[in-house]
Amino acid sequence: MAQEMTNQNAAQAVQPVLSVRNVGMNFGGLRALSEVNLDVLPGEVVALIGPNGAGKTTFFNCITGIYTPSEGEVTAYPKNGKPKRINGMRTNLVCELGMARTFQNIRLFPSMTALENVMIGRHCRTKTGILGAVLRGPGTRREEQEVVDKSFEMLTKVGLEKLANEYSRNLPYGAQRRLEIARALATEPFLLLLDEPAAGMNPQETEELKQMVIRIREEFKVSVLLIEHDMKMVMSLSDRIYVMEYGRIISTGTPKEVSEDPQVIRAYLGEDSDA
Amino acid sequence: MSRANILRYLKQALVASLWLSFLTLPIMVIRVDTVEQTVTWRWMHLAYMAGGSFVLALIWYIMMERRDLSQAKRELETVERDSALMRFLSDPRFARPLMAFGLLVAVAFPWFFSLYQTNILISALIYVVLGLGLNITVGLAGLLDLGYVAFYAVGAYTYALLNHHFHLGFWAVLPLGAVMGAFFGILLGFPVLRLRGDYLAIVTLGFGQIVRLVLENWGSFSYGPSGISNIDRPGLFGISYSVEQATTYMYYIMVVLVLLTIFVTARLKDSRIGRAWLALREDEIACQAMGIDNTRAKLMAFSLGATLAALMGVVFAAKTTFINPASFTFMESAMILAIVVLGGMGSVLGVILGAFLLMLLPEYLRAFSEYRMLIFGATMVLVMVFRPEGLVRAKRKVYKINVEAAG
Repeated sequence: MAQEMTNQNAAQAVQPVLSVRNVGMNFGGLRALSEVNLDVLPGEVVALIGPNGAGKTTFFNCITGIYTPSEGEVTAYPKNGKPKRINGMRTNLVCELGMARTFQNIRLFPSMTALENVMIGRHCRTKTGILGAVLRGPGTRREEQEVVDKSFEMLTKVGLEKLANEYSRNLPYGAQRRLEIARALATEPFLLLLDEPAAGMNPQETEELKQMVIRIREEFKVSVLLIEHDMKMVMSLSDRIYVMEYGRIISTGTPKEVSEDPQVIRAYLGEDSDA
Repeated sequence: MSRANILRYLKQALVASLWLSFLTLPIMVIRVDTVEQTVTWRWMHLAYMAGGSFVLALIWYIMMERRDLSQAKRELETVERDSALMRFLSDPRFARPLMAFGLLVAVAFPWFFSLYQTNILISALIYVVLGLGLNITVGLAGLLDLGYVAFYAVGAYTYALLNHHFHLGFWAVLPLGAVMGAFFGILLGFPVLRLRGDYLAIVTLGFGQIVRLVLENWGSFSYGPSGISNIDRPGLFGISYSVEQATTYMYYIMVVLVLLTIFVTARLKDSRIGRAWLALREDEIACQAMGIDNTRAKLMAFSLGATLAALMGVVFAAKTTFINPASFTFMESAMILAIVVLGGMGSVLGVILGAFLLMLLPEYLRAFSEYRMLIFGATMVLVMVFRPEGLVRAKRKVYKINVEAAG
């Protein structure tokens, strides 16, 4: 309860960009999430950590419309827009609203070039229809050029400008991860949701990724919610951390507070660790 | 190729030929004459069998090795390279004159060749458009549609019935047919929106069968299996013309329609809509998560493919002046799908080549009458073994980047 109070106090002080209240998710008899409360404030990097199978990705799927939460409220606060209840909203509309995600197991479009992958991100910000595409009038051509320029700019931001015309299936692993981020950025989000962006990366790549996330946050004024297992990255990057275990938030606070929380230590190291 | 490999292939080919000779021994060698009650042993046939299969097997093994080698080489390269032929074809300096030449041949064709040849070519052109239409649904959007011929039937019957009852002309019905096709495309699209892959294939297969069965059994509407005859040919400002002139006229109509279809599909392929279709094909979840409305994209793909099929249906009815449900069997759907897969999914040039190959090969193989389908089948197997991505691999557009504007 006390936790909830502090969350709400924080929410009142500054309007969050995303607020999650008492979200629960059942799959048949299986309770994957229960009473999850979470806020992301403007410009914040918030990390969601927890052991494997804790329900982190399920939570991501619940707030991006891939699943509809069984209970609770998810509200988004777009820039200069009205607050919007988004549980059960269609995935593409969530993205259009301004919440773009990446995937734990990379989900690029393999037989499209890197640039085209990013151009897909521009889809919901453009509007050429079939007729426009066939006739290719000046309006369409201008829009198309804007899409190419903007997408290339995004590629530059993640350092992939030289690989723009390569098929995304041929990119090295780390580049594929960065390409996913560029694609998400191209949708002009106010909240970037990163699902294990550093998975499978070596320490150097992880460090570069961290710097990139910091840069992106500054430049695009986005908030970031990330799921991550790399503790070094999480601790140095996040403003606040939520720890999840068995579908519940068991601890929240600054990296320092969380790392000293006995509940968290127990969840990560096991019951008998202090014995 | 090393000596050891050659020896190995020789041995494998020998084993294969011995095995095949043994298997075919009863039918190739022994001949029982039940009238004269004699048994003849035709040992020479065994020799032909063994020798022939040995040579073929050897060629096969050697070709397979070459294929594997070239594939391994391609995997080692980080940058994907096209074959020399493809680079030649995609170079505008050669492609432009080649295209102009192709167009010239197409325009001049009916003046130099017989009525029979022109008729075959019209059929092939119809399949080019059908292939390009299905290429939108299957090749670009990745929605496996096994009932595509249903839309073809919708177009054909739209024209046949409107012509039969109301004497509407070809040019009046052509746009109407397109609208009917789009309508049926959306009609089929809605219930299958949630389906993917195998399930989608089965439902569309069922749809194709339903349309054919309705046409076959609803006699009072479609005149059943006996079909509709005496459909008007396309009108030309009320001028009457001979059958030969009609064929030439039909041919030019088809050339124009093919060019139009190529233009439309090529432009769509590299547009915002085409990219959305491709994303849908590659990864549906990621596609939707990136803000693309899957429902809209799928319905567009279905209805656009159906529109082209219905257009061709109208042309088909006008060309043959007689239609019945037997023209719209599953075999047709399978054939059009084969055109798309064999030609190269998503590639406009590939689908055109595939359509010509699959439509013209059986025609010109008539000389070999009974081996016709055998050669046809073998060609398809060979293309799929040696070019699994189709005759022409679909390529994505390379964008020139305006660095100053982007930077």
